[in-house]
Amino acid sequence: MSDPVLTVDDLHVEFRTEDGVVKAVDGVSYELGKGEILAVLGESGSGKTVHARAVLRILDMPPAYITGGRAMLGDVNLFDLDEADMREVRGARIAMLFQDPHTALDPVYTVGDQIIELLRLRRGISTREARAQALELLQWVGIPSPEGRLKAYPHQLSGGIAQRVMVAMAIALDPDVLLADEPTSSLDVTVQAQVLELLGSIVKRTEMSMVLITHNLAVAVGLADRIAVMYAGQLVELGPAKAVYGDPKHPYSAALLRSIPDIQRRDERLPAITGSPPNLLNAPDGCPFNPRCPYATDVCLTAMPPLEQVADDHLSACYHWDEVER
Amino acid sequence: MSDDLMPPPESEVKPQSVIEAIALPTGGKQLTLWGDVWRKLKRDKRFYVAAFLIIIFVLMAVAPFLFLVKDPSVCPITDSALPMSKAHWFGTDILGCDYYTRVIYGARTSLEVGLIVSSLSIVIALTFGASAGYFGGWVDTVISRWADIWFSIPTILGALLVLTLFNGGGPVLVSLVIVMFAWPDMTRLVRSTVISGKSRGYVRAARTMGSRGRRILRRHVLPNGIAPVLVFAAYVVGSSVGAEAGLTFLGVGLRLPTISWGLQLAVADTRFPEDAYLMFWPSLFLCLLIGAFILLGESLRDAMDPKLFGGDV
Amino acid sequence: MSDPQPLIRVDHVVKHFPLNDKVFGSSGVIHAVDDVSVELYPGEVLGLVGESGCGKSTLANLIMRLEEPTSGTIEYLGRDISTFEKDDLKTYRREVQMVFQDTFGSLDPRMTITDVLTEPFTIHRDVLPKDAWPDKVRALLKLVGLDPDHANRYPHEFSGGQRQRICIARALALDPKVLVCDEPVSALDVSVQAQVVNLLKDLRDEFGLSYVFVAHDLSVVRQIADRVAVMYLGQVQEIGEEEEVLLHPSHPYTQALVSALPTADAQGNVTGKRIVLSGDLPSPADPPSGCRFNTRCWMAQQKCVDEEPELIERGTGRPTKCHFVTPTVDAPASV
Repeated sequence: MSDPVLTVDDLHVEFRTEDGVVKAVDGVSYELGKGEILAVLGESGSGKTVHARAVLRILDMPPAYITGGRAMLGDVNLFDLDEADMREVRGARIAMLFQDPHTALDPVYTVGDQIIELLRLRRGISTREARAQALELLQWVGIPSPEGRLKAYPHQLSGGIAQRVMVAMAIALDPDVLLADEPTSSLDVTVQAQVLELLGSIVKRTEMSMVLITHNLAVAVGLADRIAVMYAGQLVELGPAKAVYGDPKHPYSAALLRSIPDIQRRDERLPAITGSPPNLLNAPDGCPFNPRCPYATDVCLTAMPPLEQVADDHLSACYHWDEVER
Repeated sequence: MSDDLMPPPESEVKPQSVIEAIALPTGGKQLTLWGDVWRKLKRDKRFYVAAFLIIIFVLMAVAPFLFLVKDPSVCPITDSALPMSKAHWFGTDILGCDYYTRVIYGARTSLEVGLIVSSLSIVIALTFGASAGYFGGWVDTVISRWADIWFSIPTILGALLVLTLFNGGGPVLVSLVIVMFAWPDMTRLVRSTVISGKSRGYVRAARTMGSRGRRILRRHVLPNGIAPVLVFAAYVVGSSVGAEAGLTFLGVGLRLPTISWGLQLAVADTRFPEDAYLMFWPSLFLCLLIGAFILLGESLRDAMDPKLFGGDV
Repeated sequence: MSDPQPLIRVDHVVKHFPLNDKVFGSSGVIHAVDDVSVELYPGEVLGLVGESGCGKSTLANLIMRLEEPTSGTIEYLGRDISTFEKDDLKTYRREVQMVFQDTFGSLDPRMTITDVLTEPFTIHRDVLPKDAWPDKVRALLKLVGLDPDHANRYPHEFSGGQRQRICIARALALDPKVLVCDEPVSALDVSVQAQVVNLLKDLRDEFGLSYVFVAHDLSVVRQIADRVAVMYLGQVQEIGEEEEVLLHPSHPYTQALVSALPTADAQGNVTGKRIVLSGDLPSPADPPSGCRFNTRCWMAQQKCVDEEPELIERGTGRPTKCHFVTPTVDAPASV
């Protein structure tokens, strides 16, 4: 990729606990282009949220530690910055959108106060100017009657409106990259559609790049250009959204797809993935998916398969990628 | 990598419980909740200091002979107010008693008061606080308003007034009077713990299985809410010891022949600053005992991570 | 052949919660459930679907007698459950059990799995003698696909899916007839949801259970329910056979719900026209007059504001609460 906006290079994040070390992110690399939406798909324990927080350096350290890798925003390694410089970068060049707006917004301040404070502090403008810009922002994210909303407290807003406010705050400083961590998971289904549409239109209008973290494959394929699948801290598949969805090249992606209930079908038994996600304290040798994988052979138990190209722009970390059927 | 980010070498890392880091199955390892508390306590320096001091004081109370004391009732008046020497490590008091012995014996009285006040407070709190919290309605109203009345009277002041009527008394009476004014504190704590515990998922589950009020309180709500009560109990021991000393110092608490640091301080006050050692030793012991229980409370509080006790994760 | 008697009959049940703060609505109550009537027949799975504020969870709590209805009755085997005392109530609490959404919160963290699974027998002391408890615990764990050797562990040592299995095992301990499942898989990972849904289906087949299955995810409901009731702002908008309601919805709200499911075909192309509803969900403290969906419905007309439609059959084969029911989707792509 030429001139990626964000490059995550061999990222390693560990959690050090008294029971041992948990490798929450174990060598994740990808590039994000300008105006591109990359969906990072995974379940709990996959490391999808941890990796994003590591990039933005908002992990609690301890118990988490970034033990290797780089996060290049343009040609600046975010891990080389000291905290003061990183504060400048957060929000202005790379921002995060959280899952639950009601926990991310401060309940004791009005929505207006929070946006205005953000604009005033970071842009160095007066309160009046900030207020005007805040109104513009709210309109931009499709909130009707924004003047009234500025005076509202977060708990007075519905989930959908509150999340739009969060989106407004995230893009207020015009960042190049937005890390959206499960932005619609806590919303009602009819509202999810609205917010996803909003995010898609923002990307189109501003050429902002977005990392969309989600567990919902259909959300991913509807919005993303490429999909990265994570399992047990590893990136196991990376490719164009339709290719990963239509013709997955990793057993986990394929199994995940098959186990998702589809309203169009009613199966006698849903093809579930047997077993549970691995205990990262005692991760199995070799490929972490091997205990649950229908294609596993001896080689899978010995060494983690490398992430290699298996088709056009499509990578998979599996020794048996060519056997995988949807 | 920036200095802010560099992970420390392995030896400097302060480990955290795996539950705090990521909620993942621990696979194979048996964890008990109290076991986790104990592990944390063992790593807390404050706990060791507190435990050490408390054990010493308990030994002073139950086995004073271990400390090479003399007979506390032997008080030749001719030996009055002797300074510290090899024969009398802390000197003698104005009656001629060996001061070291008297100070050591003072520990028993203080601990007695601390124990009575805290145990009684716990019993009252678990009975009335839990009822008020769980049943709500008029039960709560009656208990809470009654507690408010006693709560509004400052403990020392109220105890002072009551004890004046009795002309002071023994450790049991003084303890009871202190409890009379101090009980609302812990009761309110239990009440609020129970109110928040009531709405937990496992309480709802128990109700759907047919379990009823008292049983749910006993089996689910109280065991999960006991942690802050234990912490508070540690503080109560410390503060009641201080309260007794204060009341005795003011003349309304314990009387001779009870051996109490408060009494010693009252006498020492009249002889200050010439015989300063008379004030120094009981003060030191008092501070150490109270401080030990405060430290115990603090280390318990930090060790009892609310997440382990049914709190909100 | 006579119709089977319903196990549970919800009859014109209303539940209003008082609202202390007068900022939101003039009436001062939250209309959590407003005149709902549904039935659960033996051996069937009744799906209750809807979004937040629709009242499905409140209805589940009412059926479990965790709350009392403001008006209306709930009958179990023909008798009003609010009249149950002592023995009757104990029987009800044995035969109708609940499975919750929060797998972590619904297990007391201080109890081992053995304690959790034997607790029902300590409440209902005459069901199983104490010496039979250890075997019963092992049997229950095997039944839900867990290793019986893990019986002495604590809830936090298990994953979400495993904890839900434990909760299901607990619910089965007393041999119930009905399981009320309130969002049983919503908090679980997608790949684990399938496991638990399969388990519930197997148990239903093996023991002839009946379920009230409350969920917001229609795709999940499709896999297990026999009939589905769609709720909005405290009222049932449509109710019928699952395939009919979910694949050929008559009510505009159901149509919007179904269309909002992000779906893609095998090639990864987004399929279906997505109806994007305008406006926000009205507050349950101040529901719109007439048809409650009128503020967001693309077909709304004055009649919808003036007159509340009845939940009756209107030509599509099942009761629908809308004046202008059409069997096909008739909406623009976005409103």
